[in-house]
Formats: sequence, structure tokens, C-alpha cells
Amino acid sequence: MKSDIEIINQIDAYLRGELSDAEISEFEQKRLNDAAFDLKVVEHSNLVSHLSEYSETLKLKSDMNIIHESLDIYALKNEVAPEAPIYIRLWKKYRINTAIAATVALIAVSGTLLSTGFFSKSISTNVSLLRREINSIKKSQNDLIKNIKPSKGPANPGEFGGTGFALSSNGYVVTNYHVIKGADSLYVQNSEGEAFKAKMIYIDPAYDLAVLQIVDPSFEGLAALPYTFKKSASDVGEDVFTIGFPRDDQVYGKGYVSSKNGYAGDTVAYQVSIPVNPGNSGGPLLDMRGNVIGIINGKQTQVDGAAFAIKSTYILKSIEAIPQDSLEEKLVLSKKNSLSGLSRKDQFKKLEPFIYMVKVY
Amino acid sequence: MKKEIKSSVPADSEIILGILNDSKEILNRLYVTYFPMVLQLVLNNNGNEDDAKDIFQESVIILYNKVKTGNFELNSKLKTFIYSICRRLWLKRLNAQSKTVRNVQDFSDFLPVEDDLERHEEKDRQFAIMESALLQLGEPCKTIIEDYYMQNKSMQEICEKFGYTNADNAKTQKYKCLQRLKKLFFQA
Repeated sequence: MKSDIEIINQIDAYLRGELSDAEISEFEQKRLNDAAFDLKVVEHSNLVSHLSEYSETLKLKSDMNIIHESLDIYALKNEVAPEAPIYIRLWKKYRINTAIAATVALIAVSGTLLSTGFFSKSISTNVSLLRREINSIKKSQNDLIKNIKPSKGPANPGEFGGTGFALSSNGYVVTNYHVIKGADSLYVQNSEGEAFKAKMIYIDPAYDLAVLQIVDPSFEGLAALPYTFKKSASDVGEDVFTIGFPRDDQVYGKGYVSSKNGYAGDTVAYQVSIPVNPGNSGGPLLDMRGNVIGIINGKQTQVDGAAFAIKSTYILKSIEAIPQDSLEEKLVLSKKNSLSGLSRKDQFKKLEPFIYMVKVY
Repeated sequence: MKKEIKSSVPADSEIILGILNDSKEILNRLYVTYFPMVLQLVLNNNGNEDDAKDIFQESVIILYNKVKTGNFELNSKLKTFIYSICRRLWLKRLNAQSKTVRNVQDFSDFLPVEDDLERHEEKDRQFAIMESALLQLGEPCKTIIEDYYMQNKSMQEICEKFGYTNADNAKTQKYKCLQRLKKLFFQA
């Protein structure tokens, strides 16, 4: 043990060069003569060299870290960084211009649209809904006073009017929602001039449809309906006719389906070339065989011969949507068509009793 | 795309001499001159600046070891040598991270440096073993060994530092520590 410590110290001194010349030669002599000693020297110097290598590497690393910290890595990085792909470079270069251009375009477009009234435009600007203002709106104070006076004159003729037609013989009538919108009370008047009180039982503003029921005790029911509702779409070019109340008498109009879609591509309606006027709204649109294919609801202003009719399939949809439980009487659509094959004037005669003027108070 | 990095490049022989003399000035110039090249290589091939730092420092260590062991023959430009080492190291590391670079973007010529890398890996392994051995050694052995063999302090200084009453005690302590280190290092 003791000798081992001495030996190691001696080797350390030798490796460090702390021995005198005489000691070195003695040391080397000993290595030559004593193999065990030489092995120890080799072993120890090996370990010491590993240690010094380790320390040198450690020192080099710390030196390099100091240098590294003094470098401006960010600037170097910018200098040597891979160039971004071309689209990113273009975007970086022009994004401000793009933003300005986009803003200008946006302002220009919205400004134009705003000044031309695009945003305020509803269907009513280009499409006038065909309800009739019977009394105009010009009910002056005087009129009111006059009406308040108890008088036996005819009932108030109503503020607005439209057309409606029977859905079934037990008094269900369909018309346009816009005709009866805001109604206090509703009356339907047939071609004979008899008026019956009606109530609204279902509205479908999306399809502009309303279903009324005649609730007047004097109403005795109708004969079987002569027309049916067409379940499929009609073809463009098909001859059609309508009957309505643009004035106080029924007026017949004839035309053809001119487009399978309505105003601005509205798929709910057909475009029909047919003379219609305020008051025709809610009137049935029938084909030659007497099938109801639609219900007149409006026409495009500033365009000749472009009227619109809600397709009969949507009428059927609306009727299906009515909860049958809530109805006092069953709403059964007629399945038998007795109009086909008749001449137009006979058709008109048969249809006459089923088409009503809807009066809105 | 390929940018040449220009700066005042120290002569290769100057650097070799500086490495042999442990010149800090040369290390600094070496670092400043060649680090951007490696940064460019790594950044352009799926890496970041920290990767570049690691790779470059490793290559400098390889260069130092090679020069100091005396088997460095300058048969190419130093720049090419460093670049080749770094390129190999980086590709290896990418491979280890199972990232691949389909087309390595090169910014310089390069040489095959497999031998150097093999030697380096061996040294690196020994470095790691030594590191862990010293850690396991614990105090005060670690400090004594470090002071004597790494800082080259005299036994007298160590004696004073640790408050040993005489140099023989210190020598005994050093001997014991050394035996333990030997065991730890060679058994690992």
C-alpha cells in the first residue's frame, strides 16, 4: 500500500517533469528492469492522459461558448438563412399594396352597391306584390268620422284585397301571405257578391302562402272542387290561365310559363307571362287541363310580362305542414279533375264559384 | 441561392500553429470565420442555430484533437475539412432524429472524413465515461483529482486548500481517489 502510493507519486512527478536528471535515469532504468513497474507506469499515464484530454476538451468547449455568446447569431442567421419560397417573398414585398388595393376595391364595390340601393332592395322594389289597395290609404279624418256615425250603409269595403281560391269544399281557402298580412279581420267574397267571414289558420311567410277557413255561419259549403293540384313541375312554354279580382269582378287572364324559376332565380316560383294587376295576388294559376300549377304572387316592375307564381308543390307542402289536429274540419284536397277536356269558357264557368276576393280590414 | 461567405480568412497554417500553442486569439478567429458556413449548412438543411452550434463545436474539438495528436496533414483547405466534418455530423444527427433531407444543400466541397469521425466517436465516448466517473467519484475526490491532474496544482496547494495537516495525508487521499477513479473509468 505504502509503496503503491510512493510509486504513483513517483510516476506523477515523472509525468509532470518534476524529477531531476539523475532521478529520471533511475526511473527509466527501473522501468526497463521491472515489468510490473513499467505496467503501472503505462496504466497510470494512460489514465492521466485521459484526464488531461477530458480537461482540454472541457476548456475548449467553455472557450467556444464564450466566443459563441459574443457572436450576433441573429444577424448571421439573416445573412445565411434559406431564402423563403418565392410566393412568401412576393407576399412580404407586396402585402401592403395588396391590403390597400383590397381596401380600395372593397370601398368602391360597397360604395357603388350602396349608392345604387342594392342593400335596401327587397323583392318589393322590383317585384310588386299584387294586392289591391281598395280604398287607398287615404282614409282621411273625415272618412273616419263619417264611418263612426251609425249608418246602415254597406260594410267597409276593406283596405286591401286579393284573390283566393278554395282548397276544399268545406271552406278552406288559400291565398298569399302578403295579402292578409297585418289583417284585423278577413272576409272572402264570391263571384255572386256574397261575403263570408274567414279566419287565418296557417301562414307560411317563406313561401308567401296563407290558408284561411270560412267560418261564417251563412256559408253552406261548396260543390266538389273541379280542379286538382299538380304535384310535378310544369314545363316552360305551357299555356296557363288565371282568374283574379284586380277589380270587383273576376277577370280572366291567359299566358304561358316563361321560366321555371322566379325573380332572381327564386326556385319557389315560376315566371309567367300573363297580364296581372294588383288584386290578382292569390289567384290560381291553372294549366289547360285545369290543374292548379301555382298561385300568382307578384310581378316584376319595369319588365313587361314577367309575373310570378308560387309553384303548386309548395302549396301542397304548406298544406301538409298544417297540423291536422288543430283543424276543426278535415282539409281534404280534391283528387278528381272535372275541367280537363272542357273549353275555356266552360272551365271558367265551373271555376267561378271557387274563386274568392279576399278582403282585408 | 448559394451565397459565398466572405470575411478575412486567417491562413490555415496560422490556425494550426495557434491550435498547437493554445492561442485563444486563433480559436476566436477560427470560430468567427467558419461558424457562419456551418450555420448556413444547418439552417438550409432542416436545422436551427443551436444545432449549428453543437455541430460546429464538435468539429472544432475534432480538429483540435487531430492537430494536437500530431497526425494532421493539411492536404486540403481547413475550410473544406471543417465543412466535411460538420456535414457528416449533421447528416448523422438528422438520421438519428429520423428526419431526412432529400437533397442536401451544399455550400462547399467536401471530403470523406469517416476515419476522423470514428476516432472522434471513440474519444467522445471516453469523454462521457470520464464525465460520469468524475461525477460518481464525489467530493472531495473529484476536486482533488481535478486540481492535481487537470489544473496541475501542486500537492502543497491542495494540502492547504483541504486543510490536511501534512502532505503525506494528502498524497494518501489522492492515491485512494485515483484508485477509485481508475476503477470507475476502466470498468464502465
